[in-house]
Amino acid sequence: MNEIVKKVKIAEDVFDFWIHSPSVSKEARPGQFVVIRLHEKGERIPLTVADTKPEEGLFRMVVKVVGKTTHELSLKKEGDTILDVVGPLGNPSEIENYGNVLLVGGGVGIATLYPIAKALKEAGNNITTVLGARTKDYLIMVDEFKEISDVLLVTDDGSAGMKGVVTDAMDKLFRERKFDICWAVGPTIMMKFCTLKAREFGVPIWVSLNPIMVDGTGMCGACRVTVSGQIKFACVDGPEFRGEEVDWDELLKRLAQYREQEKISYERFLKTAGESE
Amino acid sequence: MKNRKTPMKEQSPESRRRNFEEVALGYTLEEALEEAQRCLQCPTHPCVSGCPVEIDIPGFIRKLRDGKLEESYRILKSYNNLPAVCGRVCPQEVQCESRCVVGKMKDSEPVAIGRLERFVADWAAENLEEDVKPLAGSKKEKVAVVGSGPAGLTAAADLAKMGYHVDIFEAFHKPGGVLVYGIPEFRLPKRIVEREVSYIRKLGVNFHLNTVVGKTVKVKELLSEYDAVFIGTGAGTPKFMGIPGTNLNGVYSANEFLTRVNLMKAYLFPEYDTPIRVGKKVAVIGAGNTAMDAARSALRLGAEKVYIVYRRTEREMPARREEYHHALEEGIEFLWLTLPIRYIGDANGNVEAMECVRMELKEADGSGRPRPVPIEGSNFVLEVDMVIEAIGQGPNRVLLSEFPGLELNERGYIKADEDTGATSVKGVFAGGDIVTGAATVIKAMGAGKKAAQFIHSYLTGEWNPWQK
Repeated sequence: MNEIVKKVKIAEDVFDFWIHSPSVSKEARPGQFVVIRLHEKGERIPLTVADTKPEEGLFRMVVKVVGKTTHELSLKKEGDTILDVVGPLGNPSEIENYGNVLLVGGGVGIATLYPIAKALKEAGNNITTVLGARTKDYLIMVDEFKEISDVLLVTDDGSAGMKGVVTDAMDKLFRERKFDICWAVGPTIMMKFCTLKAREFGVPIWVSLNPIMVDGTGMCGACRVTVSGQIKFACVDGPEFRGEEVDWDELLKRLAQYREQEKISYERFLKTAGESE
Repeated sequence: MKNRKTPMKEQSPESRRRNFEEVALGYTLEEALEEAQRCLQCPTHPCVSGCPVEIDIPGFIRKLRDGKLEESYRILKSYNNLPAVCGRVCPQEVQCESRCVVGKMKDSEPVAIGRLERFVADWAAENLEEDVKPLAGSKKEKVAVVGSGPAGLTAAADLAKMGYHVDIFEAFHKPGGVLVYGIPEFRLPKRIVEREVSYIRKLGVNFHLNTVVGKTVKVKELLSEYDAVFIGTGAGTPKFMGIPGTNLNGVYSANEFLTRVNLMKAYLFPEYDTPIRVGKKVAVIGAGNTAMDAARSALRLGAEKVYIVYRRTEREMPARREEYHHALEEGIEFLWLTLPIRYIGDANGNVEAMECVRMELKEADGSGRPRPVPIEGSNFVLEVDMVIEAIGQGPNRVLLSEFPGLELNERGYIKADEDTGATSVKGVFAGGDIVTGAATVIKAMGAGKKAAQFIHSYLTGEWNPWQK
């Protein structure tokens, strides 16, 4: 159980894993996530299910190294196991035939978007995707998206596709064509600005939130976000919400909650791993 | 005969307020024998009727008094699958001990039944090689138990003893439910829970950890693969006051705070990876046992000042007396008749103070308790950098929302027959906090025990409430 069957580095600091878990691979739907814990002393972190192969009992997760736990995970090898994998958790995306759909993915959020894109395609939608990253070295899954949609690349430095940020691409597309709905998944600050851009053009937008979480089953309330003025738990009420209804500034502050401790933990880890400067 | 309980040694308040070691140290054999002597062995034994699992209390005390510790333990264990837990966390003062004849005598305290239960269970753990025959699986019927808290563990153990094949499904990575995430180490060491759980494993019960029923395993699958289902998922959804500033950083639900500390061992950060904020001035809202646990944990994490803020008074406080006194001794400050109305944050979204209003008590409300009413113009601001809301829980919705046909009551808990645990769905039983709302460990165990008996009656075909 929870064996890492395949691991590939697909971009700078980004790793693509296939994990053996028959129950997750069988039950997971687009938009859902798992909570993992690496070892006895580890913390519980939520990660999106990026794809599944139910017939082989495998599910996929794409992980960017941002702190201690993700770094530790990136050091695991094929054949190693993850101590705990819980899921699938959260509600699946609302997949229908909407017509013209714009998908916007930033950084590792692109992986979250992938199963949603596939399901939307299958439901008959006409899909356009904007994929953004800092530079071309951080762009992931471009070919996979090209198979199912029109793809527009955006990088901060112009090393791939257009130079700029994803909202520049959204602006361009919204002026050219009519979209019925869009999804944005990526860093919280990106999703906030995607929401503002979609609102400017009157296009409804779904976002997938990734707040701090502990249990992932609605019992701790760590992941609470204000949506339409009400307290919601991202783990059981989400993780997807309508972007227009999210209190973004509050969420951004809550995400910074443990920044100091995260730094202590990561530096301590790097020191013991012999990688500190 | 002595008219007072034999005292139990405790860590001194000065030392324990900065460590997570157990507060109460337990009896020595001499102390236990001395206390056992106080039991009158009265013929009416009212204590038994005060116990939700009806332990033969005079019986186990008599064997103890006679020095037959193993026999004493066997009696205990035949009624109660978790005696070391109950000896520590049961509210004996309102259950068995409240009915003790000795306690009714002038100037006398009841027999310390809880302390004796704890002593016998701990003695057995140290001195007995538990030789358990795995009985589960001798019958062909399979029972699924959802949730591994006190209700689920009890139902599973009893059903396994009857020979059923029992699978427990637990969402967390450790079994025990509230015993592992909710109750702090200093009140219930986790090794005690592990010990009791390992006994239940030895009975042949299978534990499926990290498994969320309704998500990982669908309800339909459960109903088709098992002959009966017991739901003991507890009341795990935190309630919030919902006042402005609830989502500021540093405002926790007691559930989150205690889960980080107890289950994830955040008090050992950074050796353990899960972080926790350590406030200097902490306010805990509410005055139940959970509030006491949260306040005393915050103190042990290094808080300089911990307040318990409660809108009523000491008299209406729901916490156990013993826990309240422990909290007082450790230096927790109680602000009675006080209600927070707003949390105030700094520019980075961290809580830095809370505005409160003073209350006065008026005539009794629907709950029979005096109604607290704000005193106009009494507002004041209390400087705090951490707040823990411990104002109660609601039903955990993850399973309930995925369960077709399962009837809920107006408060969102499962509608189940009080005596049998039978729900609206054939073959499905429920018990514990998911039926009653937040209550005690022993009440949940009582419900698990009863449900196990009726699951047995149902599976043997003696009784079927769904046959119409």
